[in-house]
Amino acid sequence: MLKTFASALRPALVMTAGFALLLGGAYPLAITAAAQALFPHQANGSLIERNGRVIGSELLAQSFAAPGYFHPRPSAANYDASASAGSNLGPASAVLAQRIAKDTSALRAQGYHNVPPAMVTTSASGLDPHISPEAALLQAPRVAQARQMPVERVEALVRAAIEAPLAGVLGENRVNVLRLNLALDAAPRPARQQGA
Amino acid sequence: MTTGMTMSGWGLILIFTALVALLAKPVGRWLFALYEGRATPLHRVLGPLERGFYRASGIDPNREQGWLAYGLHMLTFQVVLTLFTYAILRLQGVLPMNPRGLAGIGADGAMNTAIAFVTNTNWQWYAGESVLSNFSQMVGLTIHNFLSAATGIAIAFALFRGFARHEAKTVGNFWADCTRVTLYLLLPLCVIYALFLVACGVPQTFTSLVEAHALEGARQAIVLGPVASQEAIKMLGTNGGGFYNANSAHPFENPSALTNFVQMLSIFAIGSGLTWCFGRAVGNTRQGWAILCAMLILFVAGAGIAYWQEADGATLAMAGGHMEGKEVRFGIAASALFSAVTTAASCGAVNAMHDSFTAIGGLIPIFNMQLGEIVIGGVGSGIYGFLLFALLAVFVAGLMVGRTPEYVGKKIEAREVKLAVLAIAVLPLSILGFTALAAVLPAGLAGPLNKGPHGFSEILYAFSSATANNGSAFAGLSAGTPFYNGLLGVAMWVGRFFVIIPVLAIAGSLAAKRHTPATAGSFPTTGALWVGLLIGVILILGGLTFLPSLALGPIADQVSVLAHTAF
Repeated sequence: MLKTFASALRPALVMTAGFALLLGGAYPLAITAAAQALFPHQANGSLIERNGRVIGSELLAQSFAAPGYFHPRPSAANYDASASAGSNLGPASAVLAQRIAKDTSALRAQGYHNVPPAMVTTSASGLDPHISPEAALLQAPRVAQARQMPVERVEALVRAAIEAPLAGVLGENRVNVLRLNLALDAAPRPARQQGA
Repeated sequence: MTTGMTMSGWGLILIFTALVALLAKPVGRWLFALYEGRATPLHRVLGPLERGFYRASGIDPNREQGWLAYGLHMLTFQVVLTLFTYAILRLQGVLPMNPRGLAGIGADGAMNTAIAFVTNTNWQWYAGESVLSNFSQMVGLTIHNFLSAATGIAIAFALFRGFARHEAKTVGNFWADCTRVTLYLLLPLCVIYALFLVACGVPQTFTSLVEAHALEGARQAIVLGPVASQEAIKMLGTNGGGFYNANSAHPFENPSALTNFVQMLSIFAIGSGLTWCFGRAVGNTRQGWAILCAMLILFVAGAGIAYWQEADGATLAMAGGHMEGKEVRFGIAASALFSAVTTAASCGAVNAMHDSFTAIGGLIPIFNMQLGEIVIGGVGSGIYGFLLFALLAVFVAGLMVGRTPEYVGKKIEAREVKLAVLAIAVLPLSILGFTALAAVLPAGLAGPLNKGPHGFSEILYAFSSATANNGSAFAGLSAGTPFYNGLLGVAMWVGRFFVIIPVLAIAGSLAAKRHTPATAGSFPTTGALWVGLLIGVILILGGLTFLPSLALGPIADQVSVLAHTAF
């Protein structure tokens, strides 16, 4: 048995070194080179720049609290893109039940006439970039009022931002909050209407 | 957001299951070529590399090994690989590609992680993006995602040879099996898969940090890295260790419903192919189809219950459509389905936080793991684990008809049944033993985030996950302590190698036997009766063993929800 171990030691060491070079070195290097050449935008984190400054990634939620922006889902990670996390609170958790009850009444106070579950629950990553179209439309009056835009105009921007499930089965109807807010910022502001 | 079950939700589950069945033959044919050591079209390109590995290691790939030598060589390799990654993690602070200046990992944490990746578990007590440098992720961890998968497939090949060969002394050459699977199956698939993932939005760069100026003025530190190259093998090799803490729920690891669907398929692809490969190896592909059929019935039952509960089941906070710990782009159906896939296989990647599932929705992943992840299962480990249950099932059938049991042309005798029971007994001993220990010791009780029965579920989940080499978690558990790192490390090692050694012993014992042709009196192991018997044996054995522990955890949790008792 000892002889078998001894005879296994050389291949074990050589294979470890060889595969470390191939799988830990050459493979990720080659993929990186190819990815940077073929899909540079995605390979670098799908970053969005505005006026020459990186303002975020289209794949990651960021914090929005101002009434003039659409708000993402709440985040257990405080939208920290260097520390993704969910709340991990369980089905009978008193902490979770109280938090959801509190957030639901807060949204009602903001004028939501119905509160979609996704808007009072934290996502798995804390960085969920999407909300449902209903959750966006519910926010449209608030956004329109803060921006002094006609609500129909804001709703049209929401509808234009809806991404549908692939082939009708894969995924859900959803709206990317950061992209919607960028579209909102880019929309021409109508001349201030009287009494608005 | 749709709440409640929908047609498209059920459509997703059924289309997915059908595609898994369709993958069995094409993937199985490729695996069979590697099993036989035949040349594939890729040999022309990668052949020199393969021969280079053998030459440098002083191996003759055609010199076969008996089961014991095969096992000892495999074990030596695993020990060296564990120490290699242990060293890299400890020395992280002085190694390159660490612009964020992350420190080396402590002894208990480094050993736990090294074992976790070598055993194909990929249990992660840490948050990847906060603790590991790109060098540690690439060189320290990615290598195991390939090699632990290749090792699992090699062990399965050895067991197949045990069934297929007659009066033979050897079960193959471990180094040849491991190298061929890595070079001709895993690596080429990963190259294509990783680039697909990048095209869909998964980062692949050596930049590790970008600071964004968010629209409302805050700064957002965005951690990047070579994610796609790790993600591809993480799924294909049923490893499951994420680059980021949130794993496949993180938009950078799993950016869309399409990547999510492909990730689920890639978890099952090789495991499904191995059932066909087994049938082909023993000379009757219907043997493989019967196994796959039993697996898929168990799978759809689990996935269906999880979906039903996640869509319509209540939690204390909500009556249904519970989105805590789930992502909008996947929705409820794809989150529930993913949880069933990742625990039926020994993957352990998650696209939703299982800890926040409904009580019964969270029971399904635990039960899947406790059955030993034999429903498709981990690459290699799924089929060899399943074949242990098949041996018990023919044994039970033999008791009923009063004949020496036979399976695919081999008489199954006391030695094989004893070894199979020995391997299967590892699961309850480790899962229930360690859970009991952690549930009474102060260091163990310090772990759970949730109070009440759900806190117990977090501990039970952890040891089920570690022993079954899954790696997913009820992640509220604070497992980054010497107590949990140590105990879970032992559970992972025992759960992997205390099963593999008896499996190899069975392979050796079967290979030495004479071929026993089926007669009119043999119990047929291809029809519906056999599939039913398999499912029955698996559920009775698994159910009776683990039901009491589930009653204390998820079932008590469900009762508290129904009684509106909060914890």
